[in-house]
Order: sequence, then structure tokens, then C-alpha cells
Amino acid sequence: MSTYQEFIQQNEDRDGVRFSWNLWPSSRLEATRLVVPVSCLLTPLKERPNLPPVQYEPVVCSRANCKAVLNPLCQVDFRAKIWACNFCFQRNPFPPSYAGISEMNQPAELMPQFSTIEYIVQRGPSAPLIFLYVVDTCLEEEDLQALKESLQMSLSLLPPNALVGLITFGRMVQVHELSCEGIAKSYVFRGTKDLSSKQIQEMLGLTKPAVSGQQGRPVAPQDAAAASCKFLQPVHRVDMNLTDLLGELQKDPWPVPQGKRPLRSTGVALSVAVGLLEGTFPNTGARVMLFIGGPPTQGPGMVVGDELKTPIRSWHDIQKDNARHLKKATKYYEALANRSAANGHSVDIYACALDQTGLLEMKCLSNITGGHIVMGDSFNTSLFKQTFQRVFSKDYNGDFRMAFGGVLEIKTSRELKVCGAIGPCVSLHSKGACVSENEMGIGGTSQWKVCGLNPSTTLGIYFEVVNQHNAPIPQGGRGAVQFITQYQHSNTQRRIRVTTIARNWADAQSQIQHIESSFDQEAAAVLMARLGVFRAESEEGPDVLRWLDRQLIRLCQKFGQFNKDDPTSFKLSESLSLYPQFMFHLRRSPFLQVFNNSPDESSYYRHHFVRQDLTQSLIMVQPILYSYSFYGPPEPVLLDSSSILPDRILLMDTFFQLVIYHGETIAQWRKAGYQEMAEYENFKQLLQAPLDDAQEILQTRFPMPRYIDTEHGGSQARFLLSKVNPSQTHNNLYAWGQETGAPILTDDVSLQVFMDHLKKLAVSSST
Amino acid sequence: MNVNQHTPMASPYGQPQPGYGQPGYPPLDGGYPAPYAPYNGPASAYQPGVPPQGYSPFTSFPSKAVAANPVSDLSSPLDLGPARGPPTSAPPPVSAPQQYNQYSHSLGDVQNGPPPMTQAPPRPAGSQPYNQGAANLTGAHPSYPQHYGPPPTMEQVTNQMTRMQVTSGPPTPAGPGYAPPQSSQPPISTSYQAAPQPSYTQAPPPVSSTPTQPPSSGGPAAPQQYFAGPPPPSQQQFASSLPPTSQQQFTSSVPPPPSQQTFPPSSFSGPIPPPSRAPAPPASQSQQPFPTPQPPFSSAPPPVNQSGFAAGPPAQSSFPPQPPPPSSQPGSFPPPGPPPTSAPSGQYPTPMPHQQQPPTTQPSPYHPGPPPLRAQMPPTSNHLPPGPQGPSCPPGPLGPLQQPPSPQTGYPPQQNGAFGQVRSPQPGYAGPYPGQPNYGAPAPAPAPAQKRLDPDSIPSPQASDMPAVQKSRHRIDPDAIPSPIQVIEDDKVKTTEPFTTGVRGQAPPLVTTNFQVKDQGNASPRFIRCTAYNMPCTSDMAKQSQVPLAAVIKPLATLPPDETPPYLVDHGESGPIRCNRCKAYMCPYMQFIEGGRRFQCSFCNCVTEVPPHYFQHLDHTGKRVDCYERPELSLGTYEFLATVDYCKNNKPPQPPAFIFLIDVSYNAVKSGMVSIVCHELKSLLDHLPRENPEMDSVVRVGFVTYNKVLHFYNVKASLAQPQMLVVSDVSDMFVPLLDGFLVNVNESRQVIESLLDQIPEMFADTRETETVFGPVIQAGLEALKAADCAGKLFVFHTSLPIAEAPGKLKNREDKKLIGTDKEKSLFQPQGGFYNNLAKDCVAQGCCVDLFLFPNQYVDVATLGVVPVSTGGSIYKYTYFQAQTDQERFLNDLRRDVQKPVGFDAVMRVRTSTGIRATDFFGSFYMSNTTDVELAGLDCDKAVTVEFKHDDKLSEETGALMQCAVLYTSCSGQRRLRIHNMAVNCCSQLADLYRNCETDTIINYFAKYAFRGVLNSHTKAVRDTLVNQCAQILACYRKNCASPSSAGQLILPECMKLLPVYLNCVLKSDVLMPGADVSLDDRAYLRQLISCMDVAETHVFFYPRLLPLVKLDSSSLPMAVRDSEERLSKGGVYLMETGLHLFLWVGASVQQELLLNIFGTQSFSQIDSSMTSLPVLNNPFSQRLREIIDSFRAQRSRYMKLMVVKQEDRTELIFKHFLVEDKSASGGASYVDFLCHMHKEIRQLLS
Repeated sequence: MSTYQEFIQQNEDRDGVRFSWNLWPSSRLEATRLVVPVSCLLTPLKERPNLPPVQYEPVVCSRANCKAVLNPLCQVDFRAKIWACNFCFQRNPFPPSYAGISEMNQPAELMPQFSTIEYIVQRGPSAPLIFLYVVDTCLEEEDLQALKESLQMSLSLLPPNALVGLITFGRMVQVHELSCEGIAKSYVFRGTKDLSSKQIQEMLGLTKPAVSGQQGRPVAPQDAAAASCKFLQPVHRVDMNLTDLLGELQKDPWPVPQGKRPLRSTGVALSVAVGLLEGTFPNTGARVMLFIGGPPTQGPGMVVGDELKTPIRSWHDIQKDNARHLKKATKYYEALANRSAANGHSVDIYACALDQTGLLEMKCLSNITGGHIVMGDSFNTSLFKQTFQRVFSKDYNGDFRMAFGGVLEIKTSRELKVCGAIGPCVSLHSKGACVSENEMGIGGTSQWKVCGLNPSTTLGIYFEVVNQHNAPIPQGGRGAVQFITQYQHSNTQRRIRVTTIARNWADAQSQIQHIESSFDQEAAAVLMARLGVFRAESEEGPDVLRWLDRQLIRLCQKFGQFNKDDPTSFKLSESLSLYPQFMFHLRRSPFLQVFNNSPDESSYYRHHFVRQDLTQSLIMVQPILYSYSFYGPPEPVLLDSSSILPDRILLMDTFFQLVIYHGETIAQWRKAGYQEMAEYENFKQLLQAPLDDAQEILQTRFPMPRYIDTEHGGSQARFLLSKVNPSQTHNNLYAWGQETGAPILTDDVSLQVFMDHLKKLAVSSST
Repeated sequence: MNVNQHTPMASPYGQPQPGYGQPGYPPLDGGYPAPYAPYNGPASAYQPGVPPQGYSPFTSFPSKAVAANPVSDLSSPLDLGPARGPPTSAPPPVSAPQQYNQYSHSLGDVQNGPPPMTQAPPRPAGSQPYNQGAANLTGAHPSYPQHYGPPPTMEQVTNQMTRMQVTSGPPTPAGPGYAPPQSSQPPISTSYQAAPQPSYTQAPPPVSSTPTQPPSSGGPAAPQQYFAGPPPPSQQQFASSLPPTSQQQFTSSVPPPPSQQTFPPSSFSGPIPPPSRAPAPPASQSQQPFPTPQPPFSSAPPPVNQSGFAAGPPAQSSFPPQPPPPSSQPGSFPPPGPPPTSAPSGQYPTPMPHQQQPPTTQPSPYHPGPPPLRAQMPPTSNHLPPGPQGPSCPPGPLGPLQQPPSPQTGYPPQQNGAFGQVRSPQPGYAGPYPGQPNYGAPAPAPAPAQKRLDPDSIPSPQASDMPAVQKSRHRIDPDAIPSPIQVIEDDKVKTTEPFTTGVRGQAPPLVTTNFQVKDQGNASPRFIRCTAYNMPCTSDMAKQSQVPLAAVIKPLATLPPDETPPYLVDHGESGPIRCNRCKAYMCPYMQFIEGGRRFQCSFCNCVTEVPPHYFQHLDHTGKRVDCYERPELSLGTYEFLATVDYCKNNKPPQPPAFIFLIDVSYNAVKSGMVSIVCHELKSLLDHLPRENPEMDSVVRVGFVTYNKVLHFYNVKASLAQPQMLVVSDVSDMFVPLLDGFLVNVNESRQVIESLLDQIPEMFADTRETETVFGPVIQAGLEALKAADCAGKLFVFHTSLPIAEAPGKLKNREDKKLIGTDKEKSLFQPQGGFYNNLAKDCVAQGCCVDLFLFPNQYVDVATLGVVPVSTGGSIYKYTYFQAQTDQERFLNDLRRDVQKPVGFDAVMRVRTSTGIRATDFFGSFYMSNTTDVELAGLDCDKAVTVEFKHDDKLSEETGALMQCAVLYTSCSGQRRLRIHNMAVNCCSQLADLYRNCETDTIINYFAKYAFRGVLNSHTKAVRDTLVNQCAQILACYRKNCASPSSAGQLILPECMKLLPVYLNCVLKSDVLMPGADVSLDDRAYLRQLISCMDVAETHVFFYPRLLPLVKLDSSSLPMAVRDSEERLSKGGVYLMETGLHLFLWVGASVQQELLLNIFGTQSFSQIDSSMTSLPVLNNPFSQRLREIIDSFRAQRSRYMKLMVVKQEDRTELIFKHFLVEDKSASGGASYVDFLCHMHKEIRQLLS
């Protein structure tokens, strides 16, 4: 048998699923003692180039409250043409179209290698994709120009039949009509007034007056569509028009007095955008793409007043409960987000400003609807430009890497229940037999809506073993989970992807070693981190850390091998060896630490953390550090201050930043220009190597990381220094004389200290 | 004195009339072969040759004429002189003047001249006659109709007579006046002629013609000379006598004060008797009765007359004219009428001969039956409660009557009888009629008339009088009652010199007269007109007289090119010099003292230091040496440059902006309005108002279209294409853009033109029918706020705003409410939204002009609130169709956009201690009791200000008022325009009544009443008006008129038209709507009137009706009175109401006219839908179009021409404006109303 490592990898490749435990404790009691819940990271739309979708619809269990999809785990009676649902044990006849099946002639969904299968649903009209640009015009000329160019460029990237719309806002909100010739028309809304969806639709002329109906004149169904067409037009029709329109966009003309911020009606603009889509294309895949260059300063959703002397809220203010607009604005955007989610529209936020833009308040828009958040300093940076371009990247089939209106449904066998999910989703409040009362993340439901999906979108799903200790599961029994994801593919097809997995039950008392070895510490770390972040969003930072610490200590106590009260005797098995280190870095990460981060930045980081797949998430938790030197090929090195050496070039990938750090000596050489000399070709190559590697990462990463090229003593080196384990600080003087690295000026504990404490606590009999 | 004066007056009138009549007749006879001829005759005759001829023929009248002349001398001489002078030509005038002079010199002479006249002088009789006349008046109506029919001769005669009388009556007061009436008559006469007998026709036409011409033509020049002499004396006389009051007015207005004097008094006297007479004259039928009555009258009358005369010589004077006519009448009643009119002018020239002739002729005519008519006539005039007219007219008639009596047995009696009737109306009447048989011919008519009278008779307080009155009413001859035409024409004739404003308390010429003004210290009447130029000193007097004390102020009135626009005075950085206490501005009334170091305010008497930079030494008279170098020390009107202290927020104003807001809903697009507006704006934008024609206008423009949402347009110069910004959030209006909305036309021309080209296309297929209105104005207001400037919104709107938005209205048109207590609610705006909005607009200086294109009820009462409160205008084009209404709309729009306008104006009227401006009427907003705030103030807006006493005034200082208007000019300059006005004060009521201006009073009454309907039942409003009017007249009768029978209606000379005009106000659509008048129309009119000036209200209430007979190049034909019976089937008439222009074509119109005007052969080929006359290459057509153009140019609103064919359906509309007739909606005819008024007065007196 292959190792668990291989098993896990194989499962992930096939199903996009990684469980924290790959053997499941057979009772609730045991499960809780494992500390890390039975849970998984699910990447619903994981790219499967080798998995062609089937052109028919799934066969579902006929029991009304089950509706599980036929899968390889089902028992099939080929002769009777009957299959038994493996979740509810209902026996179902095959539909007529399956009349020809036999053991030799099985449909794909019954084959074990198709534990994940994708169906194409032919029902219903296919709606075109919709892109609604919501553009802030309170920008500096330069920024606005760059943004306009990006937007114009994006038109060429859109599928030709996609509908596109434009809303601009500053002090006022303008919805541009795209269908008209000659005069450029736009509908204007005052930026200070909260309008209901109905009002907005009326004002945009999207609703047919009731009067016309009364007059007995049949209302042509096209009317609504035609009306909406004023604002949302196929790209190929309005390409030129829109390009001109964008070209003529002016900076918001209202004067901004000295000492004031420009009045920016982001709240109303979003409300109008959501209202517009709601009224015209409900339940159709659509992206609202919001481009902002500053915080909302008026109207509903206002984040900060227009007085420059009142700074935007900081963590300090928030902790002191001194952020006037925070709660109100958050509530406003949450309401918008929920409306948007209900209609299957996702909201992207592209915030480019040196100061905060109110992401903290607006983050829910993207979090709930599966939209992107991109944060940069300016629209005139490659970070924004390329990231934005990458939104429209295509997969191997030439399809956009985006999907809309996803609904994820989870079915479990009866020993297991779903506690919740953490990710870019919103509950559909679907109560059912497999829903646990114990909520973790977004719980209380077995269905979630994921408005915007891409191949890397990953949700953390948490389960609860409900089997009672006194009703043991027979040996060899398997628990099963089925993930059913319905979504609108970017080519407008409706598709359903079904993943059915099963794991063996194990008795935790007798088979604890097996269970321990089935532990996926990477997945577990990420899953626990998501829980922590989820808590951090709603609770105070210190409490989360304490909770995390306690979980870690309990886990160590459970699985560590030690003598009581003897820290030195503490040992962890291989399958858990990295876990404490992950936790150490997690504790220092911006997901849980707000120090040195603005509220917006925290929101941004957290946003990405709860949606990226396992690999990326791990990078976020514990950045990767590569070292380049003349002494050998590039190698990964410890994320430790000891790795910072004068004759090395370091490449650190934190997901959000890509830092190339030239050691002191290298930097001197470079400054001296040795790389220009033919005889130091190797030095030039050395300098080039990390750049090439970085380029590779930059090419694929979304959002594009901040690229930092720095050197010893450079101000930007702080990005590196803040991440590495401060094994050498100004406090441990003994390191000073050694040539082993760079001291970090911090009071943070080092991993060493952390581990020492952990051991001490784990072995302590007092806890 | 009065008596004396009166007598003289009377005699003159009588004389003139006879003379006129006579002259007229002869010519007629000779000259007029055909009815048409008469027209020609008149025209030609009027001026030169004909009249003389006519006059000469009338030699028969001459006797009368002579008498008349003398009479006229007193009263009309002056007037006549001028008028006549020109017409008659030099020769006649000379003679005339002489005669006049003589007359004037000695009453006796006058009398002598016209022996009968002498009797007339007893004008008392005349006065009586008036009363009778009043009665008669009622009767008269019937007679007219009859006249038309068979009794043509008689009727005509009577008509003519009556007219003559009337004319004469009025003329006497204003010599010229007569002439005009005559002119009016002529047409009529012509008509008559056509139908009736030639002779009559002839007679009248000439008369009319002569008179008209004279006044209009040379009148002034020649007359002046003549008059020059006589006027002064006459005036003096008047002054002395009570009647003079009226006389004075006349004098002021007309040179022939004497005649006036006589008239006023005379007019009233003997109303009852006149009635009898009147009736008789009017109708041939009546004539018969008259004859009979006459005898009785004669018996009784004489005394009556005498008494009456004594009582009110004026009446007599008026009568006198009649008398002459009688004389002439008898012979040529038809002629008599004309003669009198013409007589004044024509007769004078050759009075003597006339006289001689007349006698001869007269006798004969009289005998025929005309005499009775005349006799009646005089009485009618006398009776004619029209007293007013009576006075003027009656006097003439009476005189004549008296005279006639002498010549004719019957006549004298009539007059007497008339007067006698007054005394003992009933008996008299009875008598007279029976007696009338003498007339023979007339006899038949009379009987019926009487009968009619009886049924119609209204129970009168005084049993005895009443019956007479009643009878008289029916019999009353419309021609015998005061004629507006006559008064107008008289005034024209009288006005020969520029009006200089230097003399305090001097009443200006009527608004209908063309005259030049020289500012010598008081504001021009173009800026300020007062109801009374002699204010009562005490509030008791004011209360007693009930004469409203008001001024109609038109602060930015446009001056004719030959008058200097107000000077702009800059007092430097410290701003205009003002009184420390009351803040009055430096003006000619300020008294400099202490060697010029201080000045005493003449308003509040406070003494203020003169700032050093303004110091100047005084000359020996106490005047500043630089007095004539400084406009503010020597002129009535001037402007100050305001400093920043006078600006909002203490910073200089931005140049104003014009915002065009165009309804683009389905109806608007379909009617073509949108494309018309857009097309027109392209060229109109080059003509935005500017002060310096050389410079580009600084006014910025912006554009908005709307249906139930608003579309703003960004027309920034840098754009290639305009941008449309749709605001659908109408519940909370805002302006979506700042930069690029209001632009300079020249800079953004390309973009604007592109926009205006595209708007009609964009909305060509619209199906949106709902509109909003409140948000539209809010949008404009917000835009102005954002731009921090004042400005004007031009809103082009079509329908009731029912779309969901602030200011949404519901259809509340409910005709059932009309006539109920709730009717007033229909005039009130729905809800308070628009009132609040208006307030905001005013605060920002946002003036709103509303152009309405409704196809149904749009609730003008509510939509108009904002325009009316912001000094804007409302234009309404019901059932707008591009083809037919485009011209009117475009002309209105052009004028409205181009006319000079001020913004953000505040007007304050300061007065000298003793009176106070208490009430204001017009289009404005007031946030306190003194400041009139006008967001916009243009050259057509007038504000009527009412004054009340709060203390005593002194006769020495008079009453001063200073109207200061602070405004922002269209170039963005802040200025103060100052109008100063000083009027006299009097402690005698007679003085008050002598110096009033009826047109202004009517303006005040109309505005007062039209505001009253907001809070009271319309009937109550009407009653109030009638009561006040009755009180005014009763007070005069009681305190100023010489004692006379209660049955006589005596009107003050200057108010003799009050009844007819008041009746017009009462009959207006607002106060008495017809079935076909929509609520919107009423509300529209109500709001329209509120900012009209005197000239506009005058023509609105009493439309100008011109017979298109012969058009010469220099003058207009003389108008005729607004009565159907003045229209000849064979004629074409042009009527102007200030809002409408009608061309009425008689059913049997001459082909020549058709060819000349329409280029068609037959009546049936006339296309009644045409709105402009075909351009034909003949002098008549050219001249007619010129006239039409000149009319249009005079009015602030373009008048669409409507061709009305007789008997056509559209004639109903036209008839609505024949205001002397009974209206379809139940409005009384002039005659009936006059009787009613008389009754009211008598009730008050008893």
C-alpha cells in the first residue's frame, strides 16, 4: 500500500479534496478528542483536464430528502436495473435511458475512477456572462488614465457575446446607457440617497408600469430585456461605443475644497449596480467589478467623512470602538452582498490607493459573493494591470477560469453530519438530515451558494461524527460524503460536478496509530487556520490566539510521546511534526495579527486566505524561502533569520509579496557592476536566477503579488525580516559575533521559544 | 357757478353737436350715393373737404351748430378745437375757435347761438335727461335691433343720434372724443346706411368720418392753436366750479375742460327723463312715444331741465350736445348723431353757416320723426345712467334736445320731459310717449319699447323714479351713454404736446393715446400711473369717496426710442445717498438746507448730513447749483449703481443664467412643440438679453428635457458630442453635473447645436405620457444654486404632472363647483408644495417662465404658482398645433427670451408721511409687508400698489412716493432703479373726482377682484366691486354734483366710463365664466391680469374694434364700440384684445374688400383657419397687415389672428369680446348694467 502521502496526493488530484483525517474515528466522543475536527478542503472546480464532462444529467436518488447522485459507491443490481443509494439506502430503479447497462457496460458515474464526474445540463436557456464595471472617477488624472486603458483593454478580453455595462461614480452615480447613438446618455443618481432596489429599477426604467398591464396591452417579454439592454450590451456591439465612452471619462468635475476628500458615492454606486442586475438578470452569472481609488465619503456605506482632518479608522480606533461609520457601513454592504448573492452575482473590488479604501467594510461583498479583491497602490501599476488582465485568463479549453452561480450541496452518510463551511460562500439555509446542530463556519445548512468560482476556489468543510460511542460501526465500514456543485460554466453551460468520497471508520481506541498516521497536517493546519480566521473576523484577536494555542496543546497532548512533566522527552510523530511550526507562523501571520496592518490589509489577506487552495494557503501561513548562491543550485531554506546571509540571494514568496533579497555582499557586488563584466557572467546568472523564478510565480499567481527587489539594509527588506523566524534578535547576544544570519529587531518569540513552551505545556500534568 | 358753467357747457355741447350733425348730414346726403360711399365720405369728409360740406349742409343745424359751437366752446371747444382743427382744416377751425371763444366767454352767447341750446344750457335738464337716459338706455337696446330692421331711417337716425349724442356727450368732455365716437358711428352708420336709408347713412358717415379724421389727423396741431386760447379759460372756469372736478380732469386730459365740466355734471342729471328720451331715440319705435312724451317733457321738462341744469350744469352741457342733435336730429336724426360728433370738428370750421342751414334742415328732419329720436337721444344720454356718458354725451344731446325742442315742438318737450321725468319720471314718460306721436314716424316703435321696458323694469327704491328708470332702461340708447371710444378719441385729440411730468398732480393722457413724455421730476406715466392724482388729505375723505388710491408701477417699462432711458448714477463706493431714517434715496424732493450741508427728507422729514463728496452750494432759490447736472436731483426716474452692500452675501452677483426645460413626453413631441423649440433656440440663443448691443451676452444657458424623469445635458465646449444625464430620482431632485451644464453660448455653440438637433430625434418615438413638474423647477433651481447665480427658467410643459414625484397633481377639474362656495378652491393651488418651492426660487433669484401646451386640464392654478410668485410669465397654447400656433408661440418665446429683464429684485415703495403702501398686486413674492421680492422682473411686469392713509396729508406738500427697485441687470450689474412720483392732495372731494384715472382704477379693481376669488365666492367679489363703484359714484353725486333729481344719473367726468369698464371686469371669464371657459383658462387669465399694466388691462377689458373701411397710411380708422350692433354686415372689422386678434367679416361684405384683403371673390371662399393674411399687392392689404403688425408690436404677447366669418361657429368666440352686449354667460349689457348701477347709486343716496 502506498503511503498516506501518496494517497492524499492522489485523492487531491482526482477529487480536489483533502481531509484532515483520512481515517475517521468511529464515534463522536473519539472524534472530539482528536482536537482537529474531521474536515476537508474542497476545491469544487479543480481543473481536471483529463475529465471530460458527460453530456447527460445525473441520476438522483428518488427519496425526496436525499436526492443523492448515483456514484461508484452505490450498490447496483444490473439485472434488476436497480441501484441502492449509499446515503439513505433507498433502492432506485434506473431511468429508461439506462436500460442497456450491465456489469460490462457501466455508465461513467459508476466507475471508481470517476468519483468525481461532471455533467452538462441542457435545460434552460443559456444566459450570457455579464460584466458590469463600476468605476470611481475621483482619481488622479494619471490613475484614471491607467484605469481607463485597462478597462478598454479588458473589452478585448471579454467573450464577444458577454454583456457589459458601465457605471461611474464620484459625487453622483452615473449609469451609462450603451445602446444609444449620438448623444451619450447616462442615468444619474444622487450619491447620498439610499435607494431600494425597486426604486432603482423604476428610475432606470426597468420596470413596466403597472398601468400598461391594466390597459390590457400585452407586455412584450422582450420589453424588460430591451430596457436592460440600454445598460448592458453585448461587447461586440458596443465595443467602439464603450471604448469612446471610457476614453471620454472625466475626473469627477465637482470641486474638492482644500482640506477635503473628494465625495465618493461608492455605496450608492454599488447599490445601483446590484439593483440593476437584480432587476434585469437575476440568477444569471454576472460580475460587478468595482474600481475604487479611495474610501466612500458620502451617502450610505460611507466609511469616512470628507474632512481630511479626520483620518480613516485604524485598528486602534476599531478596538476603542471609535470608528463612527464602521458598523453602519458594514451592515449596508452586507445587505448589498446578500442581495447580490441571492441573485448569483459576484462583486469584485479593485482598490488601488495609497490609503485605505474601506475594504474592511466592503469585504463582505466579495467574500459572500465569491468575488475578487485586489488591493494595490495605484491603478497605474503592473500589479493592478496584470492582475486585472488575469481575471480574464483562460484555461486549456479556451474557457474563462470563472464560473458563476454555484450551489454546493453536501450529502453525508448517516454517521456524519455537516457543521459548516468556510469560504467564499453563503448559506442557502437548507436544513436536512445531514446538517449538524454544531456550527463551524457558515453552518446550519447543507447547501451553500458560491456566486463566483474559479478553479482554485477552495472551501473548508467541517464535519461532525455523530455516531455514538456505544453503537460501534462494523469493521471495514466506510463513511461517505458527496459534494454536488451546480454552476454556470463560463461558456454559459449549466454544469453539475459530483464528487463522492469515502473513508474508513476506525476505532480511535484501538487504531489510534492508524488514525494518527492518516493525519494530513497540511490540510489540518489550513483548516484550523480557517477556523481561526473565521473566529478572528468576529472575535477579538487575543482570544483567537489563545484558542489556537489550546487546540495545539491538546493535539500535542493527544498525539505527542512524552513523559509527564518532562519537556525534553516530548516527541511528535512524523505525520504531525510540521503542524506546530505551521501554527507558529499562523500566529504571526497577518490573518491573526493586525499589528502593522491596516484594517483594509487584514481584510484583504483574510479574504484570500479563506478561498485559496491548500498549497497557496500554506504559503500564506508559512512563506517559502529559496536561497541562491554560488555554492549550489537554489534550495529552499528555513524561514529563519539564520538564512539571511551576505553571500546569498533570497527569494521569499508570501503569496502576497514576492521578495528578492540580495545579501550584503551580493548587493555590494551588484552595485559595483560586476554583473556587467563578461568575466563575471556567473554572477550575472546568479542575479538572474531568482528573477526568473519570480517571474514564473508572477505569471501564475492571482492576484499578482507585490514584487519587491531589495537588498541588505534596504527599507523594503522589512517584508522579509518581518516574516522570518526571529531566531536571532538583539536579545540573544550570542549570535552577534557569528556569521550566521541577520538579527531581527523584534520582541517576538522565536520558533525555538515557542516550541519550548509548547513542550512544556503539553507535558504539563496540570492542564 | 356750476350751473352757469354747466349751462354754458350744455349749450356748447348742444351747439357743437348740432353743428356737427348738420354738417355731417348735408355732406352725407350729397356725397353718399351708396352706403359705402358714406364710408368713404366719412373718411374723406372727416378730414378736410367732406366735413365742411357736410357741415355746411347742416346749416340747418347751424343754428344748433352755432349754439352747439358755443356750447362746445365751453366744453368741447378746446377738445374739438384740436381735433377739429386738423380735420376741418384751417378755415373751419378758425371760425370754430372763434365761436367757441365767444361761447366760452358768455354762456348767454352760447345759448344764444343755439337758441335751443340755450335751453340746453339749462342743462340741468341735461342732467335730468341723463337720468332719463339711463332709463332710456335700457330701452335703447331694443330700439337698436329694431333700427336695423325696418325703421332704419328712424332707427338709424336715432342710432346716429344717439351715437352722436353719445359721442357728442363724450366729445364735449373731450372734444376729440366726440370725434372718435363718430368715427365709430360712421361704420355703424354705414352699415345702417346700407340696410336702411341712404340719407341717414350718409349723414352719419360723414359725421363720423369727419370727427374721426379730425381727431386723428391734424387735430392736435391746429387744435392746439385754437385751443390754446380757449383751454386755459375753460380750465379756469372749471376750477372754480365744482363740476370742474370732472372738468379739471378733462382739462388736464383735454384742453376743453369747460366742456368737460359741463359734461360731468350734466351727465348725471335727469336720468329718468332721459330714459324716456333715450328709449325713444334709440328705437324708432320709441320715437313715437317720445314725441308724445316730448310734449309732456316740454311742459315739465323745461323746469326740470332748468333745475337739472342748475343742479348739474355739466349734465346740461352733456345735454346740450344732445339738444343740438335734437335740432339736427329732428331734421336728420341720423345726421344729428353724426353731426354732433363731426360737428365738434367740422362744425367749428363753419359753424355759422351750419347753424343757419341746420335750422332749416333740422326742422324738416325733425318733423319726419328723427326729432323725436333726437329728443330721445338727449334724454337718453341724460338718462343714461351712463350718466358718465350722459354727462358728456347727454350734455350734448340734452342741449340739442332743448334746442331741438325749440325748433321742434316735440323735442323741447322731450328734453323738458326728460328732465321733467326725472322729477316725475313716470308721468313724464307716459306723457312723452303719447306726445311723441308728433314724430309720427317714430310713433310705432315707442309703444313696444315701453312695453318692453315695463317687463324689464326693475323695482326701484323710488317708486316714482324707478318706473321711469325701468322704462328708460329699455329705451336707453346705447349711443347716449358714455362711450369709451369717444373718450379715447377725445383724449387723443387733446393730447398734442409732450407730457411733461414736472407739474405735481397732473393726470397724464390716457393709455390709449400716443404721447411723448418729458421727465421733469416725476416718473413717466409709462412707469407709474395713479388712480388719483389728487389724493384726499384724510382717510375720512378717502373712505367716504371709496376711490381706491393705488398706483400701477411698471418699474422696467420699455420707453419709446424718442425718450431717454433712465440715467445711471454712480455715487461711488459708499453707495447711493439716502435719508438716514427712512432710507429714501436721493431725489428731487429732498430739500437741501444749511447751505447745502444737510438735506431734509421729504418723506419722513429727517435731516441728514450731506457726505463731503456730494456737497454742493445752493443757489438763491435754495436749489443746488448742480441740480440739473444730476439726474437724481432733477428727474423722476434714474438708476443708481449699487455697491456690494446691496448684494446677496455681500459679493457681486454672477451673470445670470437661462435654463431651458423642455417637456419631451409623447404629447409634446407629437404636437411638434419639441422640434419647434429646439429649432428656434438655435437662432434665439444669439439674442439673449444684453445691455450693450455690441457685446456678447454674458447670460449662460443650460438645457434640460424631461418627461417623468429629467435629462440634463452636458454641453461643455470641449466635448465632441453633448452628453445626456438622466435623473430619475425625481423625489429628491439634484443637479447631476456642474461643469458643462451652464455654458457660454459662443464657446459651446457646436455642442449646443448638435444637442438641439438631436433632441427631437431622440424622443421622436417616445411613448412616455406622464410628466413631472415640481422636480423640473427644482432642478433649475438647484442648478442656479450650484452656479451661485440668479436666472430664469423657461419651462415648456404639456400636461398635468401625474407621475409620482413631489408636486404631483390630481385632476380636480369639476365644473360642478362653479358657482358654489367651493369655487374659490379651484383657484387655489393644490397643496403647499409649489408655494414652498416658489419661496425657494425667490430666495435664489430663480424666475420661472412657463409655456403650457395643454390638451386637457393641467391645473394652471397650481402650475402657475411658481411663475406668478417669481415674477415670471405663463403662456398657454391650448391644443397647440405646430402649423397654426407656431407663429404665436415663437414670437412669444422670442420676445420672452430677448426682453430686458432684471433678476433677484426687491421693490420697495416709500411714501411721505400720511399714507402708506398697504397692498400689492402682481407677480411677486412677499416675505414681509413692505418688500416686494421678484426673482425676475421684466419690462412687461407691472405691480399695482394700494395706498392707505395712516395720517393726514397736506395740500401744500402733496403726497410723495418713491419706488426703489434693487435688481441685477442682465449683465450681472447690481442696480437700483428709482421712480419718484408726487401727486396733489385735496381737502375737497370735488378735486379728487376731477383728477382720477378710470383706466387705472379698473386695473386696480380687476387685480383686487381677481385676487379676491381666491378667498371669496365670485358672486361676493362681483358684489363688492359693484358696491364700491356705486359708492364712488354716489359720493360724487352727493358731494360734488349740483343738486338734481334723484332720477338722474350723474357721473364724474373722469369716471364716466367706470360703469362700462367695471361691467367688463365683472363679465370677464374669471368672475363670470361661460360654459365653455375652462378652469385653466380662468386661472390663466387671473394670473395674467395680475401683472398687467394699465394699457394692457384697458384693451383686455375693452377690446379695440376697428372698422376696416378705408385705410390710409398714417392713421388708424376710428374704433367703434364693442357691440354687435355696431357691426355692419357689409364690413370687415379688426378686433384686438391684447391676447387675441380677430378679423370679423360681415356676411355681405363688399367684394372689393374681399379682394383687397383675402384675394378671394366670395365670402364663402374665405378660409377661416388662416392665421395670417395673404400678402397681396394692394395698398389696402399692405396697410392692414401693417396695422396688424403694429398691434402685435405693441403688446407683450403675440396675438394670433383669427378670421371670423359672420354666422360662423367661431363667431361665438368673437362675440364674447363684444363687451357692451349681453354675454352668453349672463353678463349684463352695458346699458343694463348702467341702469343697475344707477339703481345702486340711488339706493345709496336715498
